[in-house]
Amino acid sequence: MREIVIISGKGGAGKTSVAGAFAHLADNAILCDLDVDAPDLHLLLNPQIDSEKQFWSGFEAIIDQEKCINCGQCATLCRFDAITEGEDGFKVNPFACEGCKVCVTLCPEQAIDFPEKHCGQWYVSQTRFGPMVHAQLFPGEENSGRLVTLLKQTARTMAEEQGLDLVLCDGAPGIGCPVISSMAGTDLAVVVTEPTPSGLHDLKRVAELCDGFRTKVTVLINKWDINPDMTDQIEAWCTSRGHALAGRFPHDKSVVDAMLKGKVITEFQDNPMTDSLKQSWAGILALLDTCN
Amino acid sequence: MIYAVASGKGGTGKTTVSSSLAALWDTPVALVDLDVEEPNLHLFLQPDLTDISKAYIEVPEADESKCTRCRACVDICQFKAITIMADTLLVFPEMCHGCGGCLEVCPEGALSPGKRELGEICRGTAGSHEFIMGRLRVGEAMSPPLMRQIRTLFPDLGTRGDILIDAPPGVSCPAIAAVTDADCIVLVTEPTPFGFHDFKLAWEAFKPFGKPMGAVINRATLGNNAVKEFCQEHDIPIWAEIPYSRDIAEAYSRGEIISLLLKGLEETFIDLRRNMKAAAKGEVRHA
Repeated sequence: MREIVIISGKGGAGKTSVAGAFAHLADNAILCDLDVDAPDLHLLLNPQIDSEKQFWSGFEAIIDQEKCINCGQCATLCRFDAITEGEDGFKVNPFACEGCKVCVTLCPEQAIDFPEKHCGQWYVSQTRFGPMVHAQLFPGEENSGRLVTLLKQTARTMAEEQGLDLVLCDGAPGIGCPVISSMAGTDLAVVVTEPTPSGLHDLKRVAELCDGFRTKVTVLINKWDINPDMTDQIEAWCTSRGHALAGRFPHDKSVVDAMLKGKVITEFQDNPMTDSLKQSWAGILALLDTCN
Repeated sequence: MIYAVASGKGGTGKTTVSSSLAALWDTPVALVDLDVEEPNLHLFLQPDLTDISKAYIEVPEADESKCTRCRACVDICQFKAITIMADTLLVFPEMCHGCGGCLEVCPEGALSPGKRELGEICRGTAGSHEFIMGRLRVGEAMSPPLMRQIRTLFPDLGTRGDILIDAPPGVSCPAIAAVTDADCIVLVTEPTPFGFHDFKLAWEAFKPFGKPMGAVINRATLGNNAVKEFCQEHDIPIWAEIPYSRDIAEAYSRGEIISLLLKGLEETFIDLRRNMKAAAKGEVRHA
């Protein structure tokens, strides 16, 4: 069983549209949307949910006003500025609280509760292209790294049980916690970028992250024709760094048209993008065979 | 006043809007890039960065010889950053959130404050405006502590004028942290199914703050009407619409600021600025 993660550094580069197309082209794959913060792949794949589970992670400090003597020690100790004194006593701001338990442990009156947090939902579903694992974190929640790990492990277990060859993941934007969790144990990272200063800047950072994980990188340039010079620059940079090029696609309105119909681009046979995507996918599979 | 430019989804044009506003802001403003994972504002504003300093988070350093294996530190640590394995005290600095709990509870003084590099904070000027950005070290997982250090500068910056924040994408903790201080939130979206879906998530996440909030619809001539209908239904003012144009995409790809470049757009962004300033003061918000 192999695993591919599609990432981009920068948001909006076309990661999910590409992931949807590859989901269509892949035989025998389980799909996994690891962008648990703002997942979009379900909008293309229309998953039918088989099972829905709650995601609990971390804890949250809550001050019991009955027991609190307003000594203020919790606010002094909190490194996250999560505790402030208001008109009706000390309060924890749940968005700032990291759940570190310092205030809970050191409160002289034991006036702080520490319940586990319900952070979101996750799902195992069926799609027209195969099974899918996905989630939705509640807005404002953290611990997305743990949820990403949970989704990946579930997908891997399901792939093994069902004899599937490939775990195909749509990753999260950025280079932080959720992306780092996405990268763990992956065979190949497909980085989707676009020929803009932001695209190149973020590609370099995310490729450096992949290097750190010793994950092989292949690069797809989306909307290449909005700046051919920059496209050349990106391709030259990839070559110099030993990152394989998976292909380039023109700026094409059909991506949005497909999205509006809830379809992936390759479901439209007469679309010029379809052939390019098929070629790129073949190249990616060949490259995957060379990964250790 | 503090203004945050946010977006549920990446790539909707947040940095396009921030850079365009920065170029047209008519009063003193500090431009702050809080998208520390992938800061991009500097690529467009080309600031002169005169002060670059490393940012650290406090993590414990262990002195094995003083440790009695009482496990108080292991018990308090919620992030699995400290453990005792085979009678050896082990610290995993990369897991540490810097809460300081272990330092507080260790009865033997076996733990002392050390540090882990989070990234850097870069300061300088873009034209006549102050410019500040954080840049997370590649491989560092936690962006909120770096963002927190930049946010401690706000009270000082705020005495000198407005603050315009380019926020990270998404609706999880970094995005929430970025809009916490704002007097007014601009939500940049695009009228596609992805854009609309993430716009709804962002609106739901930010609504409880009760701050003035308005939408900017980028690539407004692509896609469908779902975003506009949602805004109408939920009384979210649309402060600006930027049409889809290949000229804009190409200008952006050359690192240019679109409000200065293309006819008609200057007016759009001046209107946006006016709407933001009026909203932050609590004046009528509908354009």
